[in-house]
Amino acid sequence: MSATARISSPLHTIALNVNGTAVTSHVKARVHLIDYLREDLQLNGSHVGCEHGVCGACTVRVDGVAVRGCLMLAVQADGCHVETIEGLTEGGTISDLQEAFVSRNSLQCGFCTAGMLVTCTELLETNPQPSREEIRAAISGNYCRCTGYQAIVDAVDRVARERKAKRGVS
Amino acid sequence: MKAPDFEYVRVQSLAAALGQLGAGDDVSLLAGGQSLMASLNLRLSSPRRLIDISRIPEMAGIRLGSSSMSIGALTKHCEIESAPLVRQHLPLLAMAAPHIAHPAIRNRGTIGGSLALADPAAEWPACCLALDAVIEVASLRGVRRLAARDFFLGLYTTALESDEIITSVEFPVPSKGSRSGFSELARRHGDYAMVGLAAQGQWIAGRCMALKLVFFSVSDRPVLAHKAASLLISGEGLKAAQDALQQDIDFSGDDVCSSATRLHLAKVLLERVMIEMENHEVLLQGEGQAA
Repeated sequence: MSATARISSPLHTIALNVNGTAVTSHVKARVHLIDYLREDLQLNGSHVGCEHGVCGACTVRVDGVAVRGCLMLAVQADGCHVETIEGLTEGGTISDLQEAFVSRNSLQCGFCTAGMLVTCTELLETNPQPSREEIRAAISGNYCRCTGYQAIVDAVDRVARERKAKRGVS
Repeated sequence: MKAPDFEYVRVQSLAAALGQLGAGDDVSLLAGGQSLMASLNLRLSSPRRLIDISRIPEMAGIRLGSSSMSIGALTKHCEIESAPLVRQHLPLLAMAAPHIAHPAIRNRGTIGGSLALADPAAEWPACCLALDAVIEVASLRGVRRLAARDFFLGLYTTALESDEIITSVEFPVPSKGSRSGFSELARRHGDYAMVGLAAQGQWIAGRCMALKLVFFSVSDRPVLAHKAASLLISGEGLKAAQDALQQDIDFSGDDVCSSATRLHLAKVLLERVMIEMENHEVLLQGEGQAA
């Protein structure tokens, strides 16, 4: 009985929008959002790190805000708009930030980069001209073991300035 | 790691949630999930069933009454952090919010979840004590209103019964002349505090007439430092108040911080927060508009 119950653990039907595409899936309750995105939808840009909300590698956007993909169940995303790094990249809205990360060597192994970009995207939306201290506070929940953060702060700082200059022109 | 298997049910109303909660044991409420999900993934908890209460509209939102502000249990940390009403009337909460974990966590974590968990290092329980908050809880048996000072009983332990849900928190709006102070020390921004202090006081003609000092991450629950506060009110000075902290608080020690270090850091925070409160009038209500 118990073995059968475990195998037949019910699937939940969820309907959500992922990177602009309507998706319907059947998921087990215990599957968190980031495993669902990576394994069911093959969106491997977001990474699975610590799985307890500390490292930030799995940060994605749900209904327009950054969330930890490991601290939300896939079944909870029913009815939500989810955006991953793939969607943000295709949308082109953060290409300046991505270019700045490359040109300033703000990544080495790249494991933190997707989550870091999602976090920095939200920072620049909510605080378009952050101080370096504010940038550091914003990315404090995203671990990078390669860069020492300095280059990431430089890149975000540069994009904030460039975007401000652009806004001034237009 | 991955979470163990569990049943999942999402409810749309408080009544449905209470019905589910009353129907059996070994169930957990899922609100923002920012602690529960971590605990499931680490297999520190393995409930038979999760009741997802995160989409009950009646349990979220900030409402200002004539003399108090009610914050729904499902109100997210980020909403409290950015609400102009909170900044104006309960500045202590606005000061504390940015210290809670990281932006992506604050985007989902809720005040009710934080209070129900009662982590001794958490910011909201300390603020509730400093502000004399009343925590409203509901069950099929009815509604109870519990003073914050009677709510936090120990390490992850509250006065909440297993069939009860926190529905809202009511904060008396401090009167004119009130000042708030908040600070915490962590090795990295957003980490659990090694020691933290939430303070709320009343100044009249430049003199401190009332003061609540609540230290957190010092013991198994947030602690009111009565003696230190009374020494500051009676004008005995900062040094006397710092020395009294040892009597007020039974500082715990662990692998993060020894009890001696916690005592030292509490003294440092007391000085910082008192200087901040002496020198910076927190703008409230009419004063805010006049400035």
